[in-house]
Amino acid sequence: MTTASPSPETTGHGVAVVFEDMHRWYGPVHALQGLSIDIAPGELVALLGPSGCGKTTALRALGGLDVVDQGRILVGGKDITNLPANKRNMGIVFQAYSLFPNMTALDNVAYGLRLRGMDASTRKKKAQDTLDLVGLGDQARKYPHQMSGGQQQRVALARALAIEPSVLLLDEPLSALDAKVRRQLREEIRRIQIMVGITTLFVTHDQEEALAMGDRVGVMSAGRLEQIAAPAELYDRPKTRFVAEFVGLTNRIPGVAGNGAVEVLGARVPLLPGGADRGRVGALVRPENIQLKPAETGSAHVLAVSFLGSLCRAQVALSDQTIVVAQMGAAESVGLYPGAKVDVGVMPAPVFAVAD
Amino acid sequence: MTTPQGPIGAAAAEGGALLARPPANSRKLRRPLGQRIARTLVLVIVLGYLIVPLYGMVEFSTRGDYGSRSLASYAAIFSYPDMITGITNSLEIAVLTVVGMLVLLVPTMVWTVVRVPRMRRVVEFLCLLPLAIPAIVLVVGIAPLYQWMGQHLGAVGASPLTLTLIDIILVLPYSYRAIDSSLRSIDTATLSDAARSLGASWPRTILQVIVPNIRGGILSASVLTIALVLGEYTISSLLSFNTLQVVIFLLGKRDPYVSVAVSFSALLFGFVLLFVISRFAPGAASRAGRAVEEPS
Repeated sequence: MTTASPSPETTGHGVAVVFEDMHRWYGPVHALQGLSIDIAPGELVALLGPSGCGKTTALRALGGLDVVDQGRILVGGKDITNLPANKRNMGIVFQAYSLFPNMTALDNVAYGLRLRGMDASTRKKKAQDTLDLVGLGDQARKYPHQMSGGQQQRVALARALAIEPSVLLLDEPLSALDAKVRRQLREEIRRIQIMVGITTLFVTHDQEEALAMGDRVGVMSAGRLEQIAAPAELYDRPKTRFVAEFVGLTNRIPGVAGNGAVEVLGARVPLLPGGADRGRVGALVRPENIQLKPAETGSAHVLAVSFLGSLCRAQVALSDQTIVVAQMGAAESVGLYPGAKVDVGVMPAPVFAVAD
Repeated sequence: MTTPQGPIGAAAAEGGALLARPPANSRKLRRPLGQRIARTLVLVIVLGYLIVPLYGMVEFSTRGDYGSRSLASYAAIFSYPDMITGITNSLEIAVLTVVGMLVLLVPTMVWTVVRVPRMRRVVEFLCLLPLAIPAIVLVVGIAPLYQWMGQHLGAVGASPLTLTLIDIILVLPYSYRAIDSSLRSIDTATLSDAARSLGASWPRTILQVIVPNIRGGILSASVLTIALVLGEYTISSLLSFNTLQVVIFLLGKRDPYVSVAVSFSALLFGFVLLFVISRFAPGAASRAGRAVEEPS
């Protein structure tokens, strides 16, 4: 990052980060199994996956808080694999509240600058500017225990940014916060990240967060990277069964595959590569790609309807007792109520299929 | 950040949750009479158990001629050269033991919590071990080492200050507990990670981030150490070193009034230290890891 002091007018240039065939063992547990990722300068990559998939291990390895047993980490083309954490110049925001309880918000933000030998008045001004950047300029004199969780995480973000790190690492920083604050803060983090232009690795188990914030999202499972792609591509064109099932909601509906397409609920839809492509399969169909049409002669019936504001979600039992979930705009849900007969169709969007 | 307007928003923006006030006409709940009597009785018995011996010491050490009261025994404390040597030795040993204990224990415990948490039980076991070993066993085991030091290390080896080595071991169980409870009250691993990521070396992390947040535990461990060292008799006596308790014992045979006056003064010193700790120790434990309610 080349900014002298983060302010709304300044933007910086991030550095490229490369994970090269990283392995990490914890005793018999192979936590990272050849993880390789290229992160472009200024890009925000979100690592998404269930607990224990290795995403935090990867982040900690990049931050120097954990070692890798094999492989390399390059930042800006420089091999930093064996550099200690305090020499890496990485800004980290942790999941747990990590502000130093004995210091005010201002002192917390200024701490990294103090370690860099910056004189008192300059570091105080810079810390104040960075607190202003995260909207907490008026809370500078407060101690962590006098601030809310959301405010503490903002200060932690300011503390990480104040040192002008080469890379920003976010280790599930929002998971301890309530839903409303989480949404507000994630938008703010993204705004600041774009403004500062810093390369960022964001680790989360929350799909919505990952898809909303990431330029690209990497889905991890059992120490491996299953797929890394832009959120829309990851959602619409999953490459593996794990990604198809893990990201977003899916209905597994029986069908017959052949010639690059699958026959499902009377419709023929194209198959995505990487899954089952022959014989009896389970087609993984997104709820928004299921069409419901109220009809007296319909072979399926509605079990339940959930109103979600602008959207509506209906649970439907097919004639073979398979239960599917359909999602539509609230306006399209007219005529859907528990017990209503419906015809069920599938939109021709490509689907991923798994062996039945 | 948008600050909500109005009195509720303003209060929340101040960082505080709105406190519900009890109704003005609410009455304070009174405990049943029997329970109150029992509580008072227990309090009186416990205080009596503690205060009667102290009263006895004061009464005895302030006896003057013909039934009068006098502080002559207290004034005479410093007229015994042995007593001054004993007090000086014990205070020096206490200071050295506190320093040695902190230098040994704090980095070890922080390192264990942050880097090798699986070793925490082992360190705990080792630190608590001296509780299970009687002082006499320790002396028998360590006496040849002291003999060797006395013969080969000259004045240093023969100095009572060498008791520091054995006293550090003796105070480990109590110091460990005090520091451990403080370390458990903060997220030591995350704070260390945060400090390291900001560029702090390990010594800086411990001194600037961890130690200020476990000051309460460190102060408690130090007070316990001082109290234990000032009260230690068996080992000093068996190794023939003149410390406060040894001198008090010997003086007790010659001048019991001064002996009791010294004992009471030492107790008073301990009480003052404890008061200072309870009055000035920071409430790091109550601050760590908490947050006020989110402003809405």
